[in-house]
Amino acid sequence: MSDLREKDHHVSDRTDHGLVSATDQLVAPSRMSPGQRAFNTVVRSREFSILLVLLFVVAAATLSSHSFLFGGNGWRDLLLTPSILLLLAIGEAVVIISRNVDLSVGSVLGVTAYLTGRLFIDVPGIPIVVVVLAGLLAGALLGLVNGLLVGFGKVPALVITLGTLYIYRGVVLTWAGSNRINASDMPSSFGDLGTASLVTIPVLFLVALLVLLVVGYYLQTARGGREVYAIGSDPAAAVLYGLRVRRRVISAFVLSGALAGLAGVVFAARYGSVSSSAGTGIELQAVAAVVIGGVAIFGGSGTVWGAAIGAMLLVTINRALPTVGIPDFWQQALVGALILGAIVLDRVLATRRARRLVEARDEEPGEPVPTAGATA
Amino acid sequence: MKFPNGKMAGFAAVTLACSLALAGCGAGNGGGSGDEGSSSKKTAVTFIPKNLGNPYFDTSDKGGEKAVKEYGGTYSQVGPQEGSPDAQVQYIDTEAQKHTSAIVLSANDPKALCDSIGNAQKAGTKVVTFDADTSPDCRDIFVNQATADGIAKVEVDMIADQIGDSGEVAILSASANATNQNAWIDLMKKDLAANHPKIKLVDVVYGNDDDQTSFDKTAALLQKHPNLKGIISPTTVGIAAAARYLSTSNKKGKVAITGLGTPNQMRKYVEDGTVKEFALWNPEDLGYLAAYTAKALVDGDISGKEGDKYKAGKLGEFTVGSDATVLLGDPFKFNKDNIGKFNF
Amino acid sequence: MSTDLETTTPRSYASYTRPVWWRLLLSREAAVVAALVAVILWAIYFVPFFGNQLTMTFLLLDVAPIMLIALPMTLVIVTGEIDLSVASVVGLSSVLLGSLVDNGWAVPAAMLVALLAGLLCGLINGFLVAYVGLPSLAVTIGTLALFRGIAVGLLGTKAVTDFPQRWTSLAKAEIGGTGFPVIVVPFLVLALFFALLLQYSAFGRGVYDIGLNAEAAQFAGVSVARTKLVLFVMTSLVSAFAGIYFTLRFSSSRGDNATGLELQVIAAVLLGGVSIFGGRGKLPGVIAGVLLIGVLSSALRLQGTTVNVINIIIGVLLIASVMSTSVLAWFSDLTARRHNRGRNQSGPTTLAPAGVGNPKEVDR
Repeated sequence: MSDLREKDHHVSDRTDHGLVSATDQLVAPSRMSPGQRAFNTVVRSREFSILLVLLFVVAAATLSSHSFLFGGNGWRDLLLTPSILLLLAIGEAVVIISRNVDLSVGSVLGVTAYLTGRLFIDVPGIPIVVVVLAGLLAGALLGLVNGLLVGFGKVPALVITLGTLYIYRGVVLTWAGSNRINASDMPSSFGDLGTASLVTIPVLFLVALLVLLVVGYYLQTARGGREVYAIGSDPAAAVLYGLRVRRRVISAFVLSGALAGLAGVVFAARYGSVSSSAGTGIELQAVAAVVIGGVAIFGGSGTVWGAAIGAMLLVTINRALPTVGIPDFWQQALVGALILGAIVLDRVLATRRARRLVEARDEEPGEPVPTAGATA
Repeated sequence: MKFPNGKMAGFAAVTLACSLALAGCGAGNGGGSGDEGSSSKKTAVTFIPKNLGNPYFDTSDKGGEKAVKEYGGTYSQVGPQEGSPDAQVQYIDTEAQKHTSAIVLSANDPKALCDSIGNAQKAGTKVVTFDADTSPDCRDIFVNQATADGIAKVEVDMIADQIGDSGEVAILSASANATNQNAWIDLMKKDLAANHPKIKLVDVVYGNDDDQTSFDKTAALLQKHPNLKGIISPTTVGIAAAARYLSTSNKKGKVAITGLGTPNQMRKYVEDGTVKEFALWNPEDLGYLAAYTAKALVDGDISGKEGDKYKAGKLGEFTVGSDATVLLGDPFKFNKDNIGKFNF
Repeated sequence: MSTDLETTTPRSYASYTRPVWWRLLLSREAAVVAALVAVILWAIYFVPFFGNQLTMTFLLLDVAPIMLIALPMTLVIVTGEIDLSVASVVGLSSVLLGSLVDNGWAVPAAMLVALLAGLLCGLINGFLVAYVGLPSLAVTIGTLALFRGIAVGLLGTKAVTDFPQRWTSLAKAEIGGTGFPVIVVPFLVLALFFALLLQYSAFGRGVYDIGLNAEAAQFAGVSVARTKLVLFVMTSLVSAFAGIYFTLRFSSSRGDNATGLELQVIAAVLLGGVSIFGGRGKLPGVIAGVLLIGVLSSALRLQGTTVNVINIIIGVLLIASVMSTSVLAWFSDLTARRHNRGRNQSGPTTLAPAGVGNPKEVDR
């Protein structure tokens, strides 16, 4: 009998105190040391596994061609190219956690990227800081429109942001016409920002990193952040609990819009040339990055760290494919497979967790759970 | 639950009517509510470039507009946002409906547009292609900027000159189906094989005439081929994006970049040393000539037969060559010494 | 005893208290049809060259793929799911048709392969949504990328533009001299099929039931999983057919054909009065919605305006039509409260905004 118990590794933890029943494991305080617990949490997390995949991709690409990481601009491009998607993914993650979705981020990026160029052309001598703030503000405003329509309209965000995707893109097309902003229209100091580095780390990447830290910290620790998770988990319960659901949802969209606005400014700095088609199609990449990063499409779980790593993974795969010899035409197929894999994995894990909880509920406290497959 | 749907119907119709009125007022651009009428007196010419938002076509179409105004016609320009043939088809169809006198078109694909062009020709519209041709049997005249041979040769000569006639080169093109691009690339390959045995062409990538894509493809090229010595980009969008990437990378000056570019876009990179030399013709002249060619067709002065002569405003007299093609001239090389003189 | 029964209030069915003409003419669908007629009249009088037959031909040729796909998409949205991968299936079938014909296959054989590919795509979608239980938004975003990626990967940046004249003319041929393109015939057949399916079959009733309450439908005997699977398969099959038509009409098979088409289809369906929450919607409204967008685009193009304004108008229409339900509900709440009829409140208005693919708490 005890031999059987010894073998139940997958159900119970082996600690100094012997086997722990599933209930105790799930309900009672952990008997592991804090260090061990932290290590366990990190290693078992979704974010860590994606980070491993990212490192694997970088390693494979570098093995195939040293200049991917080591030559000249390899390290710089590795961090710089994903910066735009990174910003979008952070905002998108917050929106998706609240059980909504924002499809208009690509069009917002287009509007603010063009706005950036226009400001430089029409207001000579304008300081870069003012332009950045203008981009942020414009994006926030466009996000506010989304938020108000979703918050007060009681219509799924999918449809609202689909409509604003069309409208904002139409606005850029009408405004820009067939003009485009060229690199020479913008001051060279702005263009230099696109490649400037601080201790070999590109400035634009540092900006994205800073945003990530701030937003991640807020979501993790601040009350507003935790409320977003609550709203995503169960909107009805959140309302009954007295949370200001509408306000949080509107803030989530404002944040997403503001970050898309910032991404537009970064786009103008990085690429130096803006046409009215800037940012077309990037919204689906943002959603893909977030889903791959472990945020459930139904909301309520996942972190911005995961979304950020997902964004880096997507862009790095795109850049690594030609190096490894796969024509980058297959990138989209790979991304699709990754998304499907991610959600199937999520589903499998969620089902398994639910089953273990049910088993734990059904067993007597102190009694180890039989191996999976046997009846309780 | 009750729906006061009566109000709904009225509400919807009113909103729609208002938004349409707004759209009609605000957007009236060349169309408007007056009846344009068929070309009884005025020759109506519509330019359809490969895509809008491309500075090369902005310039050429400006030249066309100048010509049309000179001979008292009406000018308009329409086009898709992305360089795909099915988007162009819709615009060609629209012109057929409007009974436009002539279409001046830069084609995104040699064959896919033939049916719509046929429709337009049946409706009486003359079809002139410029810059990028369709297959010769589905247009009236092709206005070519220079011979494909000449264009390919000048680019190969420039790159050979700049990299010392040996090393790896790559080509950054526009879209994989563009007739002109493919013609030039084929000729470049032949020229390299025949006259420059020590130069090896390692890759051809496509930037789709999209700035961001061309930028990223250049980065990928440099990363994949660390020994690359030169890049040829026979498209103005591609060469501008590639030059911009190179000028901020550590390969600046080590990897030569040349091809077809506009002086205004390239000036900065010529001045900072990223680009030594590149070539082009004057796109404004090209558009100008194409517009006059269209007028000559519409007026019946020429019919596209070889040997037909006509006058194209201030550019002088032109003769139609074989395959109903008209040649503008030779490509022109831009470098540090002369780039300050041009403004397009 | 019997007198007690007689004095109880007779049963009344709220939906049928109004006369037929009221129910028909003042419905959501009728509003869209009215808008369509209004736009057509405006275009005929104010837009030059709109009134001739060529316009209608081109319009129908252009709008045919959207019309075709909107039919099964309506059913999918009525069940409360969504399918974003339709445009990618169009692209994939287009690529398959092109590359096979390029390799010497006969066109009918290649068409068959393209349709089979559509079937397979639908099975993948349907299996993941119906049997594995994943949210359709996430699944179809993934398959959107996957199928489009396979399409682009197969053809690269090449495009096949050489198709036998016979087939490309067929795609654009007109019926006699009427000006209606031939594609209208398969469209009418499919429209009839879907209309009959939806309104007059048990399957169709099941579709509405699933949209209203999937769990109740399951208990009422509707095989929810199988229904959803069939719907996704039908959607992908029709998308593959639309892809064949698209390829032959433009004589162009490219990996990026029809990018963004799914948004146009969904916009048209929602415009046509189908509720995004599921459980409501009729086909005539959807057809009118598709035609509305088509007429607007065609008229504005003739006027010389480009894509921009059309985009803005479609976006505004979409938002307006979807929000109108909420706005009207709010109005009727207001009037009800003012008249103090004492009926049940239609739920707390501060309820959280409905999320993605989520069964709704809003009263209907």
